[in-house]
Amino acid sequence: MDRLIAAYAEKLARAGICAPGEAVLAARDDVFFISPGHDPDASFVSRAAQGLGAGAAMLVRPTRAYREAAAHFAATALRDAGPDKAAIFPTDCETRTFFHDLPVIPGPGWPPPKDPQTLARAIHALSRRKGAVFSDGTLLAHGPLIPEQAFVTVSSLCFACAVKFFSEYLGRIRNGRPSPDMRSAMARVLSGLDDLPPLPARAPALARGPFTGAAPARSAMAEAGRLTVRGGLVDSAFGNVSCLVGDVLHISRTGAALDELQGQIEACPLDNSSCAALTASSEFPAHARIVTETPARVVLHGHPKFSVILSMDCEAKDCPDRGRCHVACREARFLGDAPIVPGEVGSGPRGLARTLPPALAGRRAAVVYGHGVFAVDPTDFNAAFAAMLELERACRDRVLARVA
Amino acid sequence: MRVTPGAILRVHLGPRGIETATVPHPSPSGFPGGRGLAVMELFDRAHLPFDDPDTPLCLAAGPLAGVMAPLCGRAVVASVSPLTHTVFDAQAGGRLAVELARCGLSGVTVTGRAAEPSGLEIVDGRATLRPCPERAGCSTTKIVSRLGFPGEVLCVGPAAARGAALAAVVVGRHGETLRGGLGLSLAAKNLVYVAVHGAHPVPVADPAGLASAREDVLRLIAASPALSGGHGFARFGTAALLDLTDSLCMTPVRNFRDTRFAAAKQVNAPALAALFAPRRSGCRACPAPCGKIARDGRPLPGLDALSHLTALVDNPDPHLAVAAYALCADMGLDPVSAASALACHAEIAGEALSPDRLLGLVDDMAHGRGLGRELAMGAAAYARSLSRPEAAMAVKSLELPAFDPRGACGLALSYAVSTRGGCAYRAFSIGHEVLRKPVATDRFSFAGKARMTAQSENALAALESLTACPFALLAAGLEEYAPLLSAATGIETSAGELARVGEEVVLAERIINARRGFSAADDDLPARFFTEPGTPGEDFATPALDRRDFLAARAAYYRIRGLTPDGLPDPETSRTRVMPWTD
Repeated sequence: MDRLIAAYAEKLARAGICAPGEAVLAARDDVFFISPGHDPDASFVSRAAQGLGAGAAMLVRPTRAYREAAAHFAATALRDAGPDKAAIFPTDCETRTFFHDLPVIPGPGWPPPKDPQTLARAIHALSRRKGAVFSDGTLLAHGPLIPEQAFVTVSSLCFACAVKFFSEYLGRIRNGRPSPDMRSAMARVLSGLDDLPPLPARAPALARGPFTGAAPARSAMAEAGRLTVRGGLVDSAFGNVSCLVGDVLHISRTGAALDELQGQIEACPLDNSSCAALTASSEFPAHARIVTETPARVVLHGHPKFSVILSMDCEAKDCPDRGRCHVACREARFLGDAPIVPGEVGSGPRGLARTLPPALAGRRAAVVYGHGVFAVDPTDFNAAFAAMLELERACRDRVLARVA
Repeated sequence: MRVTPGAILRVHLGPRGIETATVPHPSPSGFPGGRGLAVMELFDRAHLPFDDPDTPLCLAAGPLAGVMAPLCGRAVVASVSPLTHTVFDAQAGGRLAVELARCGLSGVTVTGRAAEPSGLEIVDGRATLRPCPERAGCSTTKIVSRLGFPGEVLCVGPAAARGAALAAVVVGRHGETLRGGLGLSLAAKNLVYVAVHGAHPVPVADPAGLASAREDVLRLIAASPALSGGHGFARFGTAALLDLTDSLCMTPVRNFRDTRFAAAKQVNAPALAALFAPRRSGCRACPAPCGKIARDGRPLPGLDALSHLTALVDNPDPHLAVAAYALCADMGLDPVSAASALACHAEIAGEALSPDRLLGLVDDMAHGRGLGRELAMGAAAYARSLSRPEAAMAVKSLELPAFDPRGACGLALSYAVSTRGGCAYRAFSIGHEVLRKPVATDRFSFAGKARMTAQSENALAALESLTACPFALLAAGLEEYAPLLSAATGIETSAGELARVGEEVVLAERIINARRGFSAADDDLPARFFTEPGTPGEDFATPALDRRDFLAARAAYYRIRGLTPDGLPDPETSRTRVMPWTD
């Protein structure tokens, strides 16, 4: 268990979520284990997990950009709704789907609080949701079963707060002028962007296709997934990748870390002879339709932040679909050459499995509103990766120019 | 606004007909219903034998039944099991939960014994006993079709009439079979059927809140590969899992002697779909209905019955499996347990079951003839009678379902400690160990599995006390169901509070079982799983379970639950327990 705790602490730092040493993790079976330097019986984190009956919990002081964005929304929520009802409502698709809202706990969360009242508030918040935000932007999450759940929650909260912050700021620029509070928060967020993994200067050279066998295809998928995470185009807990070999679609498993795909790829025949796709990525239906309805043979899906932010930046006023853009947008919108389409996660009636494949016909990439980028190629991941990287770079430059 | 939970209708059957009493639900806060309510009703009398007239038989709905809450259409039927002799609840799909809710009822508790074979009809909350000796021993399809009842019908067939411990309660026209020998519990009341119909609207405290909470759950269901994906349960039923258990070497083959079935591709869900062109059926308000009905009207088996009527009995013929399944439903026989008893016999006798022999033995089990009569008492009793107890693949006499525990350590532990015997859906470990939801865990390790088992058991007990389906955990969790409950009842609650209710439900079941003499010696697996490896995969082994690791995990589970090292509740707690959810 100590090794597991150390592994997640390292993973948080590697992803730029927090600086080394700025997270406390606790996990247990019938006894608690905790990050070095903390008392497993008295720590705020282990007592929170104990109060929740959870298997794991983590308290994370995020890097500056994430922390300032989260703190800004926490302050706004506390002001608008009061300490008992304060919550942050994410705008991106995945966080909204899987986390709904993020409760706010009044008071600072770092260093770990010692007072029983804050502990009680924290337990109350986490008995309702998977994660919560302190006034100072510190994040608390629990894993009912294992630490991985808390890690995914913290990663999602950081992404959600950053995306919401830039989206709202752009919206306020468009509709007038951001408040002084938000402008000063933006200055702090911008000064913290350097703490995050930088975009690669150029796309790396990836394995060359076409891939005629399963082994080279899987190896290329693992490489593409790893470098997409390392390049800051997606957090490890999200995104997916696939490659068609013959009539079998090899695709990352649901819940697999995109930078650790060894042994985490499902082989799914597209002839309907097997239900192996039951544990494939939840985006399997979209991938399957893309490779059967377009010339694409590889699909790479990431959540590059600035592409997601700009996908939600719309000029239309008085649009009848306002508030339902993620499922109902009818405008032909683009980021560069990449079309923006609505669509929810999965294969439901409003799922992106229906909207995305037609949009990718004749294109290298498409953006799902508030969700992420799907990049494709008929041969290998080189051009797909490059397309996603260039799109994100262009979006980042546009966003930073507008908020400067 | 607060919604008062539906009342409990208590029905006593006696020589002079029935006496009824309607009592208010003991918890004005509106929960639990379902499994929690049934345990509450059974608690004081569950020390009695299953066929004692005072032993209750409970039907329980819950606060989310009838309000279009996603995946909340599962009522509970519970009593003392004639098969396991534990407290036993089984989830009934179809319309039962909704019909009870529309009667204004949270549940129905039946005691006593009718003077002659009868049907109990409950219409808009009023109970009527209808003697029907002519229907006793009839096939279940005949009973249901001839009744023409407008609501939901539960009935028993020839197997219950002949005293089979594997007798099932059969739900509705599509022949869903409830396990645990509950058909015999119904027959012990001299009931041939129970029919329920209600027409009252079900009140909701906060319709807008309910709609919003419902949207949250529906989004998650649409995003769940297992429920809504192109190869998920909505399209192929739970039989979709067969390909997964095969690739993971977890398919029980030849009475669990092997774990990979050579003919899996011939009998998997896509093969059934191609052969039988099924249509969907399922519970009321289910957005991912997992029932499948063949074009000719026969129900198609879900995973457990399909796997056991093929791989477990070494049968590569899907037509035979479907025929055997339909026969079991018609005869009111639990197909999973029946197949397991047949496989146990095949191993002990060294007999390969031909198609005619297989169908013949199923029919004999239902009609109490010859060898069939012995097998119908369950694999454990049959194997014991031949001094071969190790050949029964059962825990607490409940035959194991279609997941081999050597392929998943959490599953192994959950089979052992389950309060109703060997059941994969008590802690639903296959969710995280096989289907990777809510998170993927290492299936070949016991590390952390004690807590995961306890946590998941609590969550399931809470969900089943809301009439939610266990498969809900493949998409959502208590976090999403707490707002549904709050909106439906007008009582604020949280995931944490629901989990605590679930914990109390499990503890109450443990207390009942302890009173009935169950202890750690019963929380165990057949020896085969500790001594014989499963079939290896292409790039992995399927080793036998490590006995020491298993016992350490079980001891940790007892500590987490606050039980004694022998798996018993604290004696003081057990004597003074008052259900905490009764406000």
